[in-house]
Amino acid sequence: MTESNYDEIMQLLCDRLSGLTNSDAQITPETNMISQLSIDSIKLLNLIMEIEDTFDVSIPINALTDIHTVRELADLVHKIKSAS
Amino acid sequence: MNLLEKLDAAAAARKSLLPNGVGAFGIPIEEIYSATEARIGDRRVLLLGTNNYLGLTFAPECIRAAHEAIDKEGTGTTGSRMANGSYFGHRALEREFAEFYQCGFGIVFTTGYQANLGTISGLVGPGDTVLIDGDSHASIYDGCILSGADIIRFKHNDMVDMEKRLRRLGDRVETTLIIAEGIYSMLGDQAPLAEIVKLKNAYNCILLLDEAHSLGVLGETGQGLVEKTGLLKEVDFITGTFSKSLCSIGGFCVSNHPQLEQLRYISHPYIFTASPSPATIASTRAALVLLSKGSDLRMQLWNNCTQLYSQLKETGYLLGPDPGPVIAAILDTPQQALQLWQSLLEHNIYVNLILPPAAPEGKSLVRCSVNAAHTPEQIKYVGDTFSKLYNTI
Ligand SMILES: Cc1ncc(COP(=O)(O)O)c(C=O)c1O
Repeated sequence: MTESNYDEIMQLLCDRLSGLTNSDAQITPETNMISQLSIDSIKLLNLIMEIEDTFDVSIPINALTDIHTVRELADLVHKIKSAS
Repeated sequence: MNLLEKLDAAAAARKSLLPNGVGAFGIPIEEIYSATEARIGDRRVLLLGTNNYLGLTFAPECIRAAHEAIDKEGTGTTGSRMANGSYFGHRALEREFAEFYQCGFGIVFTTGYQANLGTISGLVGPGDTVLIDGDSHASIYDGCILSGADIIRFKHNDMVDMEKRLRRLGDRVETTLIIAEGIYSMLGDQAPLAEIVKLKNAYNCILLLDEAHSLGVLGETGQGLVEKTGLLKEVDFITGTFSKSLCSIGGFCVSNHPQLEQLRYISHPYIFTASPSPATIASTRAALVLLSKGSDLRMQLWNNCTQLYSQLKETGYLLGPDPGPVIAAILDTPQQALQLWQSLLEHNIYVNLILPPAAPEGKSLVRCSVNAAHTPEQIKYVGDTFSKLYNTI
C-alpha cells in the first residue's frame, strides 16, 4: 500500500475524531484519543466500524488494547489494509 | 497519575454527572415486601426496575425447595463443579434445562455472566473470530476478550451490516462464532433471529443466542426467542441466566452439540469458581417448572407490557421499537433522565437510570421492567405518573 493511502487514513481519522471530541485540542498523530480527546470507548468502537466500512477491512476491536494515539490507530488500519 | 488517583478522577467524573450525591446507582433497598414493592429510605416504592419478569421471587414452591435443600445439604458446596461441587441437584438441573430446550446437553454455571464467559471462551480462542451485536451485554464482550479471539461488531440488529462483515471475513467464517441476544436489555428489542439464522447457514458459522431476558418471557413454554420464532433447532448454543425470570442466581448453556461437554474441562469460568449453593439450585429447579407451565403468568406479563408501552408511547415518550417487559424511555441528556428518574422516585416508583456510555448512541435511558405480578392498577399508576411528568423534562 502506498504512502498516499496512509495519508488518507490519517486524514480520515483526524477528521472523524475532531467531530467526536468536545475538546478544542489540535489533533496530531501523537494525540492520545482517550486522555486528550476524551473519546469514550463506545464512540471509539463505532469509529472502528466506520473505518472498516470506508476501507473494506475487518478491524478486531481487541487489537485496540495497545492503541492510544492517532498514529497508532492509523498504523493498525494501514497494516490491516495492506495485508488484505 | 497513580492507581488510586485514577480512581479519584473516575469518581469525580461520575459526581459531575450525578450531582448532590444522588444514589441512582446501587440504591439501598431497606426492606423487600413482595415481587413489586420495597422500602427505599422511608418510602414504600413500586418496583419497576427489577428483572423479576414472572414475579416469582416469593413463589412458595421455590421458597420451600430452597429451605429443604439448606436443611438437607447445607448452605454452600464449598467447591468447584470440577471437584466436590457437582451435587445431585446440579446434575438434575442440567438435565432439566436440556429437556426444557429439547437438547442433548446442558451445563450449569455459577452466574449468567460466567455462563457467557465460560461458553464463549470455551468455544473460540486466539485466531478464531466472534461476530457480535454492537449492543451486546458486558458479559458477552468480556467473554470475547477472555477468549483471545478477534472481536468484530456489527451494527445493532442490522442484518445488512452483519452480512457485510461476514463477507469481509472470507475463509475465516469457518471459525467464526456469531452472538446475539433474544431480548436486548437496553431498549428491550428482539434480535431478527430468522435473518441471523439465514446468514449463519449461508456462511456456515456457529450461532450462540443469549436468552437472558427472553427466558420465561417469549414462546408458549417460555424458552425464549427460539420458541417464539420456531428456530430452536437452528441455534447452536443457548445461554441464559437464573437471575431474571427464574429469580435466583446462576446461568446455563444448552446445545445439541456433544462438544459442549468439553467445556467442563477447559472453561475457567466453569472450573475456577464454586458451584451454586444447594438452595439456589433447588429454587431454580422449582422455578423452571413454574416457568415452563407459566403461560398464564406470561399472559399477565404481556398485558402489563402492552398497557404500559402504549400509554408511554401515546404520551409522547420515545421508546425502544418492540413492546416487551423492558420499556425504555430514551432521553437526549443525562440531566433529563436524572430528573425524570428522581421525580418518579418522589412518586414512589423505582426504575433504572442508564447514562452514557452504557446507553446506546450517547442517549440516556429511564428504563422500566414490567413483571407478571404487577397489578393493572399499579401499571396504570406508573403510566399516569410518567404522563404527568412528561412536560417537566
Ligand atoms: C444479556 C445478559 N446476559 C447475561 C447476563 C448476566 O446474568 P447474571 O445476572 O446471571 O450474571 C445479563 C444480566 O445482567 C444480561 O442482561
